[in-house]
Amino acid sequence: MEHLARFTLNYRNKAVSLVFMILLALIPLFIANDYYIHVLITLGLFIILSLSLNLVSGYTGQLSIGHAAFYGIGAYVTALLMLKLNLSFLVAIPIGGLVTAFFGLLLGLPTMRLAGDYLAIVTLGFGEIVRLVLLNWDKVTRGPMGLPGIPAPELGSYVFMSKIPYYYTVFIIVLITVATMRRIVNSGFGLSLIAISQDELAAEAVGINTLRCKIISFIISAFFAGIAGGFFAVYISFVSPDSFTFMDSIMVLEMVVLGGLASIPGSIIGAVVLGLIPEILRFMAEYRMLIFGALMVVIVIFKPDGFWSAKKRMRNAIMKDLAARKMIDTKTVSPRGEYIEGA
Amino acid sequence: MLELKNVMVNYGVIPALKSISFKVEEGEIVTLIGANGAGKSTILKAICGLIKLKGGAITYQGDTISGMGAHLIIRRGISQVPEGRGIFANLTVEENLGLGAYVRKDKAEINRNLKVVYDRFPRLFERRKQVGGTLSGGEQQMLAIGRALMAAPKLLLLDEPSMGLAPLVVKEIFKIIKEINQTGTTILLVEQNARMALSVANRGYVMETGQIISHGTARELRDNEDVKKAYLGH
Repeated sequence: MEHLARFTLNYRNKAVSLVFMILLALIPLFIANDYYIHVLITLGLFIILSLSLNLVSGYTGQLSIGHAAFYGIGAYVTALLMLKLNLSFLVAIPIGGLVTAFFGLLLGLPTMRLAGDYLAIVTLGFGEIVRLVLLNWDKVTRGPMGLPGIPAPELGSYVFMSKIPYYYTVFIIVLITVATMRRIVNSGFGLSLIAISQDELAAEAVGINTLRCKIISFIISAFFAGIAGGFFAVYISFVSPDSFTFMDSIMVLEMVVLGGLASIPGSIIGAVVLGLIPEILRFMAEYRMLIFGALMVVIVIFKPDGFWSAKKRMRNAIMKDLAARKMIDTKTVSPRGEYIEGA
Repeated sequence: MLELKNVMVNYGVIPALKSISFKVEEGEIVTLIGANGAGKSTILKAICGLIKLKGGAITYQGDTISGMGAHLIIRRGISQVPEGRGIFANLTVEENLGLGAYVRKDKAEINRNLKVVYDRFPRLFERRKQVGGTLSGGEQQMLAIGRALMAAPKLLLLDEPSMGLAPLVVKEIFKIIKEINQTGTTILLVEQNARMALSVANRGYVMETGQIISHGTARELRDNEDVKKAYLGH
């Protein structure tokens, strides 16, 4: 647990985030309402999805609008493994993630040579292909009827009955995702991703293998989306093509953009805010999407860089990394910013 | 040091380079001059591995480098200052320079190198915490050159360093290019500004529509009537 505590949501103040995390961990003790727990679980799912897309679209700067496809692949693979092979969810979800990562590789190999709009078009196409395959491959996916009756997870003799164990499961997956993403973006590899997003040709000119970096970021992103899908399948115990549409891809992209591109706290905030708004507006019934749209417009006007503008933070991370990789010696610059001769 | 033999490059079906052959010897400044669309930048991209050859071969220090990836070529000591500078606009000057040393691992060497770059471009030192996009054109060019130097290249490729800069700044940049050469870096310089290029170069090649149409020492080219007429405005 101490190990996990190191990976905090807000890395400025570890104590605050530790308290925050403990509070989050204790929530089920205070809130007995199933609906609230359900909303929190959904938010957790959104956070994993937006963090995973943020790696590709935020840090690497590659616009992908077919993220729901990876989510769907993970969900179906996990569902099938549990239904047909009776695998435990502890095995099925990671395998679902790996299979999805493999699809990320398959899609990334040809498409990562494309840029901007073209990449967006291809990922959009990929999303539709996956949805149509799920819809029409009756023998395996049962088409529009979906796959019902995914068994409740079991840990030894303990069976997940209430929503609370699901809450803790998604909580742990979110922590792992945040920790992994932080490791990645603060590494030398993360630095090359940021360089690629800034100017791909220049990144290539300084010696970054841009194609390889982009494909790897795509694979990692797909993996986590697949994990989210797997958890979704287990939690809802039913999957159908309706859950993985173009609108879902756009929703995740909105979370990343409104949260603030290339920012981990940004993606989390984006997921929470955009995940909560429809729930809060639920009392307005069919008008709520109307209000949701209007709110989006307002947010874009007043917060064009997203809730958590990443620019400064990104730079801090890079400086830290450059110092860590011994590329820049912070000692040659005095605290007052003067250059120390002969240092 | 660097040799191109019958190098051919196509953009789609259109030939951009039709059998280009030339040599750069160690310690030289060699310039490629020619009008827009002659294929000058294409040659630099081909050397760096940023585009594929259709035919021919490029050798560097005795090894064939054509067909290798750009990230491998730079590790051999060929560094490019891309056309239009290509700096990372949202990163600070220092981060840009740090990324220039991406392929190197030796900390002490890199820091020494950083100091050399700051000494050569005091302007960059003054502005090292500023993001690249806020620099003036001349400063951005200096940053691009500085970043390329951070890879400690043996061969430096410069693509139109005078582009879009005021005459006074151009002069300064060319003075610096000459100084870099004097510290032992071989330079291949692509320029439209033939007068400036020939004033610093040892030798030059004149290009037209994907071919080399004449070559010689810088002095010979300056005195060549055709070159004068076409590029020097006499």
